[in-house]
Amino acid sequence: MTQTLLETDGLTVRFGGHVAVDHVSCAFHAGELTAIVGPNGAGKTTYFNLISGQIPATEGRVRLMGEDITRASVADRCRKGLGRAFQLTNLFPNLSVLENVRLVIQAHRNKGFSLFSMAASHTELTTEAMAVLERVKLDHLKDKNVSELSHGNQRKLEVAMLIALDPMVYMFDEPTAGMSADEAPVVLDLIAELKAERERTILLVEHKMDVIRTLADRIIVLHNGALAADGDPATVMASDVVQEAYMGKELTDV
Amino acid sequence: MLINILSGDKPRSVILTVLLLGILVALAFAPFLFPGVRSLETAARICIFIVLVASYDLLLGYGGIVSFAHTMFFGLGAYGVALASENMGRGWGSLAVGTVAGAVAAAVLALVIGLFSLRVRAIFFAMITLAVASAVAVLVSQLSGITGGEDGLNYSIPRELTPAFRLGEFLGVKINGKLLNYYLVFFASLALFLMLLRVVNSPFGRVLQAIRENDFRAEAIGYRVIYYRIAATCLSAAVAALAGSIFAIWLRYVGPDTTLSFEIMLDILLMVVIGGMGTMYGAVLGATIFVLAQNYLQNLMGAASEATTGLPLIPDLLNPDRWLLWLGVLFILSVYFFPTGIVGRLREGRRA
Repeated sequence: MTQTLLETDGLTVRFGGHVAVDHVSCAFHAGELTAIVGPNGAGKTTYFNLISGQIPATEGRVRLMGEDITRASVADRCRKGLGRAFQLTNLFPNLSVLENVRLVIQAHRNKGFSLFSMAASHTELTTEAMAVLERVKLDHLKDKNVSELSHGNQRKLEVAMLIALDPMVYMFDEPTAGMSADEAPVVLDLIAELKAERERTILLVEHKMDVIRTLADRIIVLHNGALAADGDPATVMASDVVQEAYMGKELTDV
Repeated sequence: MLINILSGDKPRSVILTVLLLGILVALAFAPFLFPGVRSLETAARICIFIVLVASYDLLLGYGGIVSFAHTMFFGLGAYGVALASENMGRGWGSLAVGTVAGAVAAAVLALVIGLFSLRVRAIFFAMITLAVASAVAVLVSQLSGITGGEDGLNYSIPRELTPAFRLGEFLGVKINGKLLNYYLVFFASLALFLMLLRVVNSPFGRVLQAIRENDFRAEAIGYRVIYYRIAATCLSAAVAALAGSIFAIWLRYVGPDTTLSFEIMLDILLMVVIGGMGTMYGAVLGATIFVLAQNYLQNLMGAASEATTGLPLIPDLLNPDRWLLWLGVLFILSVYFFPTGIVGRLREGRRA
């Protein structure tokens, strides 16, 4: 049995009378890439928000490597090893590309409260940040302001910032959304590399079926906030509930 | 070496470099270049306001936090020195105790305000600071038994810092305690400014900028945003209090009007905006231009008014009593034409 890194136990959130995520219990293991699918409004991003702490859960528990983090703040969850990239690009727009990544590494190394040293003198942070930028092929743009980058490059930077965090749990929310056909492979190859390391667990919200087919070890299906199916890709995709209820249209798209 | 003193934050514009050097030289040799009581008074004020405005820029320009309590912290430092000198008697010890006590009190008060209000929305913090600052200003003017009320406090400082302490003459300028006092103001201000410059260029300063840009994401990459905001508020308050202490040592007088009034708060805001937010050097330009305008615009207008006596309407418009109107016009024009402040404009010019 592989190690369980992340576990949600009856995780629920209600907004007024609307149940956005409905008692989802699921465990995620080291070395596993789990794709989370479901129609729009099924609660995929809300489920992510509950795990990473942007929204407090109404009911249920979240456990990270056995530790209950249900009440922990967003920053604390991140420091404990939960890393997330966002669906809508969410960067520091007026800072340079390098600075964006360096800030992540600086957080990781606990250097944020160094008041009287020069940021530029922490060369080890810069070196690490550059290494990450090279992995996503953004190193030539390091001095650009983020607001000057193309959408595709901003998405890459979003992924770079997650990689720089070096978390135990990677959460990607549609990492290739809006990327052109020749840009997407860079990101997908990176996710494949991370998966090959087999030490971490990766959660991926994705709509593109070809991406899921090549990357996922397991698929969970959310429908109206509840867990509708869970299993290996072939079984889940072949299952009636997926075919008929709401995956049908998207499958024929591919 | 020089780059190190500036913490690697170069002016990045030739004109800006020249202006900064000009201001530095003018302030460093002010007693010799511009002899006279009034010009020395202006130079000291510029030094002190550079620190005060720079400490506000740390909060507003780097941290994106709007506070209306900056004069309150300034006043705490000033009253610290005044009360210590009044109650402990004239002496260096009183100055030191008053300065340290003022800075600590400012930091603690900032901590309390921050803990109560920075957790929630930024606007709430602005409102709380406004309320607390007004309350403190009222308290100071009411507790006349301790603070001297509206009249303020006059007190003695060590003789070495007063005009009575004579050392002779140099280059036709009397070397006395007032001159020593000026250099105390100058070097203390310079040191504080360079310290702030270091802080904004430190890893901590980068986090503040990240929080200003996107606090949601800063939290998501593991920074406990609230701690950084509180730390910035405390640091900024402590430096403002130190500036207040220097001001009190220089003036040998404190009163609600000179240290706590809301007008000074507005002045600080104007100086930050005119100079350029989030640049530190903007504080230097903003404070210099503003204090000069405050002190000499009236004279200039008086002269202009007289020179145009023969013409209709113009002498009236240029009447020295209208100086605030013209200051207002200058402010509107500068915000309109330099939305990023003078420093921002100069740096853009270079890039284009």
